[in-house]
Amino acid sequence: MSFPILSFLTFFPLVGVIFILLRKGSIEVVERSAKNIAVLVSLVNFFVSCYLWSKFNPASPGFQFVEESKWIANFATYKMGVDGISIFLVILTTFISPICIFAAINSLKKRTKEFLIAILVMQTFMVGVFCALDLFLFFLFFEGGLIPMFLIIGIWGGERRVYSALKFFLYTFLGSIFLLIAIIAVYWNMNTLDIAKLLNTKIPENLQTWLWLGFFISLAIKLPMWPFHTWLPDAHVEAPTPGSVILATILLKISGYGFIRFSLGLFPIASHYFANFIFVLSIIGIIYASLVALMQTDMKKLIAYSSVAHMGYVTIGIFSFTKQGMDGAIFQMISHGVISASLFLCVGVLYDRVHSRLIKDYSGLVNSMPRFAFMFVAASLANVGLPGTSGFIGEFLVLIGTFKVNYIVTIFAASGVILSAAYSLWLCKRVVFGQFKVNNSEEKLKDLDFTEIAILFILMFVTILLGIYPNIILEPISSSVDLVVKNITTIK
Amino acid sequence: MKNLIPELVILLGSFSFLIIGVFAKNLNKIINYFIPVLLGILILFIYFNFSSSLSLFGNSYSIDPLSNFMKILVLISVLFTFLISNFYLERTNINQFEYPIILLLATLGMFVMISANNLIIFYLGLELQSLCLYILAAINTKSLKSSEAGIKYFVLGSLSSGLLLYGCSLVYGFTGSVDYTEIAKVAIGQSGGLKFGLVFILCGIAFKIAAVPFHMWAPDVYEGSPTSVTTFFTVAPKVAAIAALIKFLNVPYGNFISEWKTIIIVLSIASMFLGAVAAIGQTNLKRLMAYSSITHVGFILAGIAIATPQSLSAVLIYLVIYVFMKLGLFACIMSLNRNGVYFENISDLSGLSKHHPVISLCLTILTFSLAGIPPLAGFFAKFYIFLSIIEQKIYYLAVIGLLSAVVAAFYYLRIIKVIYFDPAKESYNKDIGYGLKFSIGVSTLLILFYFLDPSTLNFIVDNITKNIK
Repeated sequence: MSFPILSFLTFFPLVGVIFILLRKGSIEVVERSAKNIAVLVSLVNFFVSCYLWSKFNPASPGFQFVEESKWIANFATYKMGVDGISIFLVILTTFISPICIFAAINSLKKRTKEFLIAILVMQTFMVGVFCALDLFLFFLFFEGGLIPMFLIIGIWGGERRVYSALKFFLYTFLGSIFLLIAIIAVYWNMNTLDIAKLLNTKIPENLQTWLWLGFFISLAIKLPMWPFHTWLPDAHVEAPTPGSVILATILLKISGYGFIRFSLGLFPIASHYFANFIFVLSIIGIIYASLVALMQTDMKKLIAYSSVAHMGYVTIGIFSFTKQGMDGAIFQMISHGVISASLFLCVGVLYDRVHSRLIKDYSGLVNSMPRFAFMFVAASLANVGLPGTSGFIGEFLVLIGTFKVNYIVTIFAASGVILSAAYSLWLCKRVVFGQFKVNNSEEKLKDLDFTEIAILFILMFVTILLGIYPNIILEPISSSVDLVVKNITTIK
Repeated sequence: MKNLIPELVILLGSFSFLIIGVFAKNLNKIINYFIPVLLGILILFIYFNFSSSLSLFGNSYSIDPLSNFMKILVLISVLFTFLISNFYLERTNINQFEYPIILLLATLGMFVMISANNLIIFYLGLELQSLCLYILAAINTKSLKSSEAGIKYFVLGSLSSGLLLYGCSLVYGFTGSVDYTEIAKVAIGQSGGLKFGLVFILCGIAFKIAAVPFHMWAPDVYEGSPTSVTTFFTVAPKVAAIAALIKFLNVPYGNFISEWKTIIIVLSIASMFLGAVAAIGQTNLKRLMAYSSITHVGFILAGIAIATPQSLSAVLIYLVIYVFMKLGLFACIMSLNRNGVYFENISDLSGLSKHHPVISLCLTILTFSLAGIPPLAGFFAKFYIFLSIIEQKIYYLAVIGLLSAVVAAFYYLRIIKVIYFDPAKESYNKDIGYGLKFSIGVSTLLILFYFLDPSTLNFIVDNITKNIK
């Protein structure tokens, strides 16, 4: 048996947690070693996932690095594996985690040790979600992530943190009970929960509709899709910066992954049946969220609504059932992960210095913080989807894909691009340009320090790299996407 | 006779402790250390004779894997109750020498209930248990609330016992027998009066496990009794009554499934729902736990109502996990004392994580587990129940159950919110004693790491439940 690389990726952060917990001594010593351990663990994990990528065989559409062992007798197995669809989400997770950890070390003032533990536990659950090849195992990871996220929002959040944390938790928990019922129903009808096996069998048509709906409610809440999105702005606004980053980059991507893997893979007939329904919800989501984003006074809320709009492209792309659409959706997930991370980190930088997220408190930052201004404008432009950044590729592919299927959808979806330019650029104009003023005083602010520059630069580099040479992602995912598209189109 | 050793040891033990207590009061301390050891030995004894199956005294008392399983659970609850109460009783000055003896006698009553194969024996066991519990509720004679709890429990408890006895007499009148297997044989062609008997007996048992609408006593009694007694109330009597219920429904009334199924489902839905909703407004932790256990009983009843071997396995697994969750949680509550004063309000947990990070972490894990969040054991407990419900395609029960789990999650989250998000108060006593440390540690570790190997427990209970009918 070869080295269980996926289990290592999943559970190695927990080993770090144990080491952090075992460290005894004065508070400074413990905090310092907690930071060192967390950085070390997350970097090791990142390099191991890069190694995983290098060993990944892009020509094979099926699952690779599969590990299987007995777990719950007669019911669920412990089965892990990745294919083209999930591998980049795993890498995104391991890539964002060290960034969050650096950001947390840089900006958090209280209880850093506990925060690092929460992030590491979170990483375990999130890598596990993308690797799990057993529905029950998937559910366990999917739901388990709620605990650390709840604590992250609740302990380190802003003023209304308790309300937001509870809303986040209960909303997602409510959704996931339908997922649980659907999973149990799958088990009793198919007698297996092994995703690889389920993908190759046909679930009876009359069941598919109900099961699809069960999965849909849970995934739509987590995505979040209009009209289930109301928890997201609250959670984002109140979460501490690294928490928002995790939420936006990783948590929101679980649903996109779930739609491709489960809704399309397991219930193709129902997916065809509901495709127009998804289109309508997504278009409403894109336009509505963009309009709402225009009117926000809080920067984090604005970015949160822009996330809702961008996730709309992901669902449209997935349910176009074309290769371009699917490619675009996956690409958009990765790219949105990176871009929204940099936007949230930028807002976090401001919040650390001024303790305000309100747009009206800032103006003309370029005069005092030129480096920050550069990064912020660049991230905003990437968010708009400027050609040359990764945002462009994702949206463009989605629009191409849907045009083949339904050009009316494309027209409406494309209007979101204009709106996103409107709110992003307006945000830049108000915050970065104009006469310098912060909180009605003209006192200079400290520009980005080395860590902040480094983090934002890495994210920017990835954004532009993917924008110029998207094949880094599109090529490895190609054969897996082909398989999904072939399965779903032949069923019709 | 060898298989009766646990019952005999408990009986003779409690009597001899009574004599020792009267004549040599300074031996109390030694008895308090001796009893946990004795209980541990009994657990091992039953464990090694686990698969023995026989019936005694003219088929009125049966010992089988199911009863052994339940007895071990009861013994574990009693053992933990002893471990966590030593310190507490000293601090609150209620360590009368009767306390351990009454606890042991209650345990004996539970054993009789669990093993009963005959309505009379069942009733005797139930009454022995209940009388001891009434005394335990009122054992803190200095507290008005404790006396009130005792009286309330006694009055309502006697009423329910009366109902139960009336039901038994109806069953006897219509079948001419009190023996479970005899009743089952005669009952095939019967209806009418037997169903009345069933309803009355179910009312009696529902009272003992505090299922809605027979739950009114629970919050008051739980709140008024000393915390160590409340701990005992939340676990042991429920285990015993549920064991008796499973046996009663599946042996004498095995052919009446369609009749009692509806009753149990109604009880179950009402308990899940009311337990979840009514707990939201509570400020006292013990009251909150009362409603929380009402919800849990609802889930357990849902499993009993399905009555397939799989669902009964789920019930047994649920009981095991439930026992450890509640014991751990109460141990955490009992660690909150400051110079001999014990605190039991939710607001007293405020900012606990600052001064007591370990206890807070354990309390958080146990609370999340009670709420049923994976990958903790509490999730698996609920999950197995829903697995068996959906197998029978009773979707409405599954949806209602899960919705009430979401409502219940709200008040569990509130506890965590208070522990972690609220400003810190003064620190509590750091030295909480080995008994509490042991109880908190063991239960938390079991709940946390259950997911590593769920199969072993599954295997044990599957072997038990396939022979119930």
